[in-house]
Amino acid sequence: MKKTMLGNYAASWGAQLSRVQVISAYPITPQTLIVEKLSEIVADGKLDAKFIKVESEHSAMSGCIGASATGVRAYTATSAQGLALMHEMLHWAALARLPIVMTNVNRAMAPGWSIWADQNDSLSQRDTGWMQIYASSSQDILDSTILAYKVSEKLLLPTFITFDAFFLSHTLEVVDMPPIEDIDKFLPPYNPEYKLDVNDPRSFGALTSEEHYYEFRYKMQKAMEDAIPVIKEAGRGYEKLTGRYYDLIHPYRCEDADLVLVTSGTIAETTNVAVDELRKEGKKVGNLKIRIIRPYPKEDVLRIIQKCKKIAVIDRNISCGYHGIFAQELKSALYNEKEIPVWGYIIGLGGRDVKIEDIKDIADETLKNDTPKDLIWKGVKL
Amino acid sequence: MRLTIPEQEIMQPGHLACQGCGGSLAMRYALKVFGKDAILTLPACCWSVIDGPFPYTAVGVPLFHTAFETAAIMASGIKAGLDIQGKTSTNVIAWAGDGGTFDIGMAALSGSAERNDDILYICYDNEAYMNTGIQRSSATPHGAWTTTTPVKHYKRGRKKNIVEIMVAHRVPYTATASVGYPEDFIKKLKKAKETRGFKFLHVLAPCPTGWKSDPKYTVKLAKLAVQTNVFPIYEVEDGIRYRQTIRVKERKPITEYFKYQGRFKHLKEEEVEFIQKRVDEDYEILLRKLS
Repeated sequence: MKKTMLGNYAASWGAQLSRVQVISAYPITPQTLIVEKLSEIVADGKLDAKFIKVESEHSAMSGCIGASATGVRAYTATSAQGLALMHEMLHWAALARLPIVMTNVNRAMAPGWSIWADQNDSLSQRDTGWMQIYASSSQDILDSTILAYKVSEKLLLPTFITFDAFFLSHTLEVVDMPPIEDIDKFLPPYNPEYKLDVNDPRSFGALTSEEHYYEFRYKMQKAMEDAIPVIKEAGRGYEKLTGRYYDLIHPYRCEDADLVLVTSGTIAETTNVAVDELRKEGKKVGNLKIRIIRPYPKEDVLRIIQKCKKIAVIDRNISCGYHGIFAQELKSALYNEKEIPVWGYIIGLGGRDVKIEDIKDIADETLKNDTPKDLIWKGVKL
Repeated sequence: MRLTIPEQEIMQPGHLACQGCGGSLAMRYALKVFGKDAILTLPACCWSVIDGPFPYTAVGVPLFHTAFETAAIMASGIKAGLDIQGKTSTNVIAWAGDGGTFDIGMAALSGSAERNDDILYICYDNEAYMNTGIQRSSATPHGAWTTTTPVKHYKRGRKKNIVEIMVAHRVPYTATASVGYPEDFIKKLKKAKETRGFKFLHVLAPCPTGWKSDPKYTVKLAKLAVQTNVFPIYEVEDGIRYRQTIRVKERKPITEYFKYQGRFKHLKEEEVEFIQKRVDEDYEILLRKLS
């Protein structure tokens, strides 16, 4: 069924279609509509779930952890400062191997107070052991939520789906809602082998010496490595059901490209349009959208860029003191493998609009120059 | 006299508590009441160690270790997870020390209390951060030495009144208890087990390591705290009905309580008198609520 909805509601409906059983959440702009809609859905009896209206985001994640440990499907949503407040418990969820799924609306970190798009919140959580999906459309948000449970529950790793504030969270788009009967077949009830069960008492997360802790981390890394084929398999299964395929990366016109632009989030959609225009101008440019940054799709990225001559990474984030984080990740993937020059562009921080012309400028600038540069700020007004 | 303390032992030997640990005694009593149909969650506290290292456990019921400030919400999350599965009979118990309750865990504790989540929160109070090596908490009493309130500037200021904070939430059941009075503690645990909604038990659990006391005096000190009115034993229903469950016929002087503990031995006579005055004052305030 096709419905016009805000990106935020696509997240709410994604959680509903996944039949989440415990929601533990706190409101924060621009995420609020997600939890408001879910409150309605639960109150109306359309979803058989418990909703814990917590007093902070730290508790929102903790509530999900407690619920998930009993063997139920748990969900929350947040943004920016809220995600940062959860940080400790993101580590906890991952190390406890609980397949919680969360939505994070990408928003700039304060100060100054900004409620607009920026990826520094989610990328600050890169090393917590969560899988991270960067959605670029409302359809992607809804589908990714269902897919995230499918993958998380197989690997016992948590996942968050993140997307740009307002450009997506508060924008109406047409979304195809798959029938719940189909999703029920695709995503059967969660039933973990180990859970808090009075008939099988166990202790979870106890004091752990160097004799065991090291292996816990090793197993988490293995699960992340295993995630790559699991994500692809889930994507193929979902394609059979809905006709829509989701992978770790989504290349667009990259086959013969001299220049590959590397993007994520809504900028990836803008870039597709820019690529079409650039192609009309006879410039061989492609767009490589990174949809999942953890686990990092190194092999896939290398396969797509193997024939290109230049790469320009477009980052809506900055690791101050170095450069853009997607650029950093890409360069690390290339090292020891390929010698392709990489340009790193920073653009659109704090919700600054990124237009088709901006992307074309980036492409032209990269095509024109022969000396790669790590850090090029676009549109700074001083 | 008929013994009221259940014979069953859910807690197992082999735990890692120090000699004379009041906190381990408190857990043993609590589990006797709750039996096997209970789930525990522990934040960072002495009990994170006492329970034993992975892959061992001493409690005999499912246990989820959690971060310092999350005991209450973790229990709320566990309860919600069980409820949606129809496992409504299981008691979910957050078991935290004074630091995790009075200080860092206060926001989550207040949140669960305000929502009246159907959990039992037990704070075993040893009056400092004992697990990290005896640093002051907001439960440390006036006059006490700790490693962060050394004798040159020992703790000045009141112990936070956690019971009144919980009472102000108007939760169904709040009570104090002491490991020196196990029958009373057991009665309160049974009452908490039968009460739906949020329950809070504040249990005084002497710590020989931090109190600089002989391990053999743990129960004696737990009794003296009550007999000197330092730690009055009472319960409050729905935040309004106060009832004293252990009446002290003849109050003992505070010096009687202090003399078995090294943490107060630096105090000068006038300081002890000041503390005695405060204890008497606080008890007067409580008496007015009891009437």
